[in-house]
Amino acid sequence: MKYLSEYRDGSLASKIADRITAISKKPARFMEICGTHTVAIFKSGIRDVLPQHIGLVSGPGCPVCVTATGDIDRAVKLARIPDVIVTTFGDMIRVPGSESSLKRERGLGADVRMVYSTMDALEVARQNPEKKVVFLGIGFETTAPTIAAAVVAAEAEGIKNFSVLSSHKLLPPALDALLSGGEVDVSGFICPGHVSAVIGTAPYEEVVAQYRTPCVVVGFEPVDILQGIYMLVSQIEAGEPKVEIQYRRAVAPEGNQNALKTMSRVFEPCDAPWRGLGVIPKSGLALREAYRAFDAEALFDIDTPDSPEPPGCKCGDVLRGVITPVECKLFRNVCNPENPIGPCMVSSEGTCGAYYKYHA
Amino acid sequence: MCVAAPMKVIEIDGDNIRAELAGVTKEANLAVIDERPELGDYVIIHAGFALHRIDPEEAKITLALWKEMGVIDEVPE
Ligand code: SF4
Repeated sequence: MKYLSEYRDGSLASKIADRITAISKKPARFMEICGTHTVAIFKSGIRDVLPQHIGLVSGPGCPVCVTATGDIDRAVKLARIPDVIVTTFGDMIRVPGSESSLKRERGLGADVRMVYSTMDALEVARQNPEKKVVFLGIGFETTAPTIAAAVVAAEAEGIKNFSVLSSHKLLPPALDALLSGGEVDVSGFICPGHVSAVIGTAPYEEVVAQYRTPCVVVGFEPVDILQGIYMLVSQIEAGEPKVEIQYRRAVAPEGNQNALKTMSRVFEPCDAPWRGLGVIPKSGLALREAYRAFDAEALFDIDTPDSPEPPGCKCGDVLRGVITPVECKLFRNVCNPENPIGPCMVSSEGTCGAYYKYHA
Repeated sequence: MCVAAPMKVIEIDGDNIRAELAGVTKEANLAVIDERPELGDYVIIHAGFALHRIDPEEAKITLALWKEMGVIDEVPE
């Protein structure tokens, strides 16, 4: 398989691991920010081939996991409105809010549908003209342009019963919040391949300039990840933090300007609450004034007063890389994929979910 | 949500494509792609949208870096 088999070559991977061991002297702790990386690192057993003094820790990169309880509560409220069809990506349905989940509401009769793409949500709107179809928009810069594209398409087609409840998050402000908090001990970032395909490398340049933390944009196959770690280790040994792209076949330094343009045509940055990180300025996306007709926030009365996070759940600490899931008292016994307490256990890409599945 | 692996474009119909990987096919929309693909190109697909057309030249640079690291002997064609 082109662009695939060579990046899964086991003997190549172990050669790169040997190179890492050969050059690495200083202890280091790298944070991967993307849930797909978290899972890939577990599956490939990369932790086992790295020298003892190199640690890997997961960060706030699973879109389901960073969604605040309040975002779920608003979606639940929305699902309870007669004539509303809530559409969203699969995992969101199971995330518990402060008193219910979309799955539970569906059991009680709400019309909640899983879709694969925002264009499918638009199709639901076309087929149900008497209903109001709301897409629950979550995710980072990879997903936001696709949701913007659906809004643009709805406008062009004159579809009037489609709107978006935007809980999107932007990655760079979260990195900044993590690092400026000072509590997180990270010596380098394994930057997310596909978010970076959209945003390019400029945001990481700022991270390097301000915090001198190395950033390498990395692909998702074992050889990619090991090469990315090799690049980070080389930077640390040389004492020269910079931004590098390992995942060149998918990421250009300038990112995807078409996607960014579509995104900023429909959305503008707004302050947004993150699970475990609190409200981060300009880290979310709200629909622009011109697209108010597609903004579920403006169309429906769904404000929720207080949305406490589940008692005992440490998702916030997990997302900041301060603890690993096994250090959460609820892990495994009380909280598991069958009965998730926090969002990090819901998603297959969530750190708790990945630890549950792969960590012995 | 994200298919990390590149898929080969096997059909283009306006703004919609069909792409294939190991016998599995997926449809995707081209509204937000950086560069329109042609038949036979490889693309990265995320949630029903093609985000990126793989640049074969860039992919070669990675292979060249492996050679530089001493983990492969020859850059494959
Ligand atoms: S194990 Fe469950 S309760 Fe603990 S942090 Fe993870 S999701 Fe929250």
